[in-house]
Amino acid sequence: MATYDGLFDTLGLRDWCDSGGEAGPMSMEDLMAQTKGSEEAANGPVPFPSLDALNEACPAWPQSRDLTVGLEQGFLDIRDALTVVVDPVTQPLSWMLRGTLDVMTSTPWYVMIPILLLITWFVTRSWKIIGFVALGIGLLAFVDYYDYAMQTLAIIFVCAFICVLFGVPIGIAMSRSDKLQRVAIPVLDMLQTLPPFVYLIPLIFLFSVTEPKLYGIAVILYAIVPVVRLTDLGIRLVDKDVIEAADAFGMTRRQKLFGVQIPLALPNIMAGVNQTIMMSLAMVVIASMVSAPGLGILVLRGIRNLELGVGLIAGLGIVILAIILDRVTKASLARIDASQSSR
Amino acid sequence: MSDDNIKVSIRHLYKIFGEDPEGVLDRVKDGMTKDELMAETNHVLGLNDINVDMREGEITVIMGLSGSGKSTLIRHLNRLIEPTAGEVLVDGEDILSWSESRLRRLRREAMSMVFQKFALLPHRTVLENAGMALATEGYKRDDYEAEARKWLDRVGLQGQDDQYPHQLSGGMQQRVGIARALASNSDIMLMDEAFSALDPLIRTDMQDLLLELQAELKKTIVFITHDLDEALKLADHLVILKDGAVVQQGEPQKILMNPSDPYIEDFVADINRARVLRVRSVMESTPPEGDCFGDVDVNDTLESVIARAEGAVDRQFRVLDGDKPVGTLTMVDLMRALVPRESSAAAA
Ligand SMILES: Nc1ncnc2c1ncn2[C@@H]1O[C@H](COP(=O)(O)OP(=O)(O)OP(=O)(O)O)[C@@H](O)[C@H]1O
Ligand SMILES: [Mg+2]
Repeated sequence: MATYDGLFDTLGLRDWCDSGGEAGPMSMEDLMAQTKGSEEAANGPVPFPSLDALNEACPAWPQSRDLTVGLEQGFLDIRDALTVVVDPVTQPLSWMLRGTLDVMTSTPWYVMIPILLLITWFVTRSWKIIGFVALGIGLLAFVDYYDYAMQTLAIIFVCAFICVLFGVPIGIAMSRSDKLQRVAIPVLDMLQTLPPFVYLIPLIFLFSVTEPKLYGIAVILYAIVPVVRLTDLGIRLVDKDVIEAADAFGMTRRQKLFGVQIPLALPNIMAGVNQTIMMSLAMVVIASMVSAPGLGILVLRGIRNLELGVGLIAGLGIVILAIILDRVTKASLARIDASQSSR
Repeated sequence: MSDDNIKVSIRHLYKIFGEDPEGVLDRVKDGMTKDELMAETNHVLGLNDINVDMREGEITVIMGLSGSGKSTLIRHLNRLIEPTAGEVLVDGEDILSWSESRLRRLRREAMSMVFQKFALLPHRTVLENAGMALATEGYKRDDYEAEARKWLDRVGLQGQDDQYPHQLSGGMQQRVGIARALASNSDIMLMDEAFSALDPLIRTDMQDLLLELQAELKKTIVFITHDLDEALKLADHLVILKDGAVVQQGEPQKILMNPSDPYIEDFVADINRARVLRVRSVMESTPPEGDCFGDVDVNDTLESVIARAEGAVDRQFRVLDGDKPVGTLTMVDLMRALVPRESSAAAA
């Protein structure tokens, strides 16, 4: 006797209920619940009228398990069609990741490290930061984590590059259209709040685990949000008076965008890039669960095999990388700020 | 007065801000006031049947209190704001019918603008800012450099080429703003409270600079201000706005002598009339009878005449326009002119 029998009876749905009556195979959870004695349900004598509770009274009513199964089935049904489209489109990502991973790990350290320091010099022009970067990478190399660190960096470089490549134009488009902004913001909110692990689930269904793009896409989806948001914000925050002056002197939309809006939004855009890089790093560690190489693998090994030392040192390595990336991008941001600090 | 030297002409211009400006336009035309329109339809009456002619080579000053619609009006001249109804004629052509590209040409070549908050590009150097109009037209830096530098020199900014705007003081920034407008070689200059953000001394300097440039360049300038002293100093033609409508326009001296509205009387009440009024506005155009204390020029200020008369009130002067005698100024008339007249008393 279930709580909600009466409900269906009074609604006159009893026949319908019983007609769909062959209860499907029981799930593990149902079995467990039954053995525990489902009568004294957790919610006291009157359970919340949930799908399962209603199903007990009326077998034709769907269970909550049907919902998840249905979702899964739906996804599997469209998977083939989806792969046909998404697979080729994202293939270049795999190539880029493989290529960059290859280059960064196979270049000898005495070439690679100077190159990285040179890049640092170009974006920061600060000896202090170069010294810091050299020290950080040196430290990682000294404890034999050089290869792992380079793999992590390679993935971050590629993913952050793609985030900027797509994120900035998306942000610009958002700044120009209120309608697009209204549509895009909830999507961005969702991407940002979805627990990182959740990204991986549908991707595993879509792509083979051997494809680097599997984790590449996860990292990009997670990390693209700040650069989009801050590009949009940055352009919208550009001084209205300056925009008016640009209009008054007859600039075209293009001239205004490249000559005024983007340069003036650059500090914000760079702040977005900084956050995007930091989020890529966070995600790349998690993505090790789906075969992303790098320091995350070591962290995972630490957890799986209870190799405390390996896990901790790898974690420390990630912290070092994080600080390096943060300082370098912040310093280049400061340089942009200084060259145009507006009133 | 002939029409052929009228450069910019505004005809029956209306601007209403709100959901459905066209829908409430008729009510405004039927005489609804700004406050009534706000209360009944929640629309803001920006401009109400504006008719102004701006003559070539003159400075037209538009004056009014905050919110009277000055900025809205000047932005119609280059269509930064689209009107609800009316015409804006530049050289006799209605610019409201122009395509976007033709309008852009107007903004690049025929009109330039100077802004209250300077609105320089903060990421460009002084020289690049001055050359902004030319760069927008597609000139490379090498090609506009000489022109931009010429105008920077002209406004007194030598050797600051590679500074950034934030490294300059407000007065210097506005000089860049003026150089930028001049470098476009446009005939028309729009100045929206161009000197309001500057402190009084710098402001006087800038006014003098503008008059000096104007004497040489003879541009058609539309200047906005809420400051009567500034308006009187600069204006050839003065337009006074209130709640989006023109209350009086004409030669500043005439407005001072014959304010048509209590609003304007309030405006002119605090002015130093001796310093602003000129002999020509006060004199009688009959030749002097009896002894004259001396000669004064038609464009002398009353203040200078009082100084000449050493404060005595029983004297009279012969008025000269150049070398030609054109009339008489008695100290009695002069003294009377120093006291503002109430329009009600004048009408009675
Ligand atoms: N975009 C707009 N939407 C609604 N109302 C507006 C808009 N722009 C201006 N107004 C209104 O139009 C009127 C005139 O504004 P305007 O900026 O032209 O005044 P102003 O004379 O330039 O004043 P100020 O001296 O403060 O600059 C004001 O009542 C203002 O609130
Ligand atoms: Mg204004």
